[in-house]
Amino acid sequence: MRIDCPCCGSRDIREFTYKGDALALERPDPDAGDAVWNDYVHNRDNPAGPTRELWYHEMGCAAWLVVTRDTVSHEIKAVELASAAKGDVA
Amino acid sequence: MAETVADSVKLIATSPCAGLLPLSIGTMTASEEPPAALTSIAAYRGQEDALSEMLKTAHGMGWPKPGRTTGKEGARALWFGQGQALLVGPAPDPGLARHAALTDQSDAWAMVRLSGAGSQAVLARLTPLDLRRGSFKRGHTARTEIAHMMGSLTRLGEEAFLILVFRSMAATLAHDLEAAMQAVAARTRL
Repeated sequence: MRIDCPCCGSRDIREFTYKGDALALERPDPDAGDAVWNDYVHNRDNPAGPTRELWYHEMGCAAWLVVTRDTVSHEIKAVELASAAKGDVA
Repeated sequence: MAETVADSVKLIATSPCAGLLPLSIGTMTASEEPPAALTSIAAYRGQEDALSEMLKTAHGMGWPKPGRTTGKEGARALWFGQGQALLVGPAPDPGLARHAALTDQSDAWAMVRLSGAGSQAVLARLTPLDLRRGSFKRGHTARTEIAHMMGSLTRLGEEAFLILVFRSMAATLAHDLEAAMQAVAARTRL
């Protein structure tokens, strides 16, 4: 498995660390309430098909990436910098 | 006055690979690079162009693009991660601090040069990086995994590479380089 890092190019999976669903990019408002926060912290979907995930290029450029991966075929459809996905210009 | 511990203990500076390198096996040699000032330069947001100009004026090299190096032997800038470069050699010009965060990394990294025919084959055993000349040319650099450690790898020539790992990992690097060099040398004897 290889991930096409927008910064470094195509790299081996050993350079990356998996974080989880890209949900962390949509952190709820601090005052959103217990139900919303409970859902954000604990509940995850388990889809068979395309997912958006956070990967960390730990051994490479140290960028956080949003990887769109199909959990059935393992095909990676898109990779972007998390900073770009968040609309941050870093 | 009574003798203090500081009076009786003599601190002697040693390089990261002292007692570990050089190592010559077959056609390959792994040797420690001469001690040099290492400074990480992290450009402030939107300051890359100004920083590049300042680097050119002060040290004769531009700001390296991702995966590239600038400068030459003795005064080099290695791309070192997102928005970051490592200045190897000269003490950084204070003016650089206007455009970037400078952090002294001297003594923090073990710097090893691996050279001689077979060097690429040695590294192929230690890193998942695509080292073929078409994709990793002279002057190209990468942050990657080297013998399971995070490091920096630069091609200096056809069969010459610069390897950086954390100083505390110098013994591991020397050990894994030795094993890989022996394996490559053994295959050429078959």
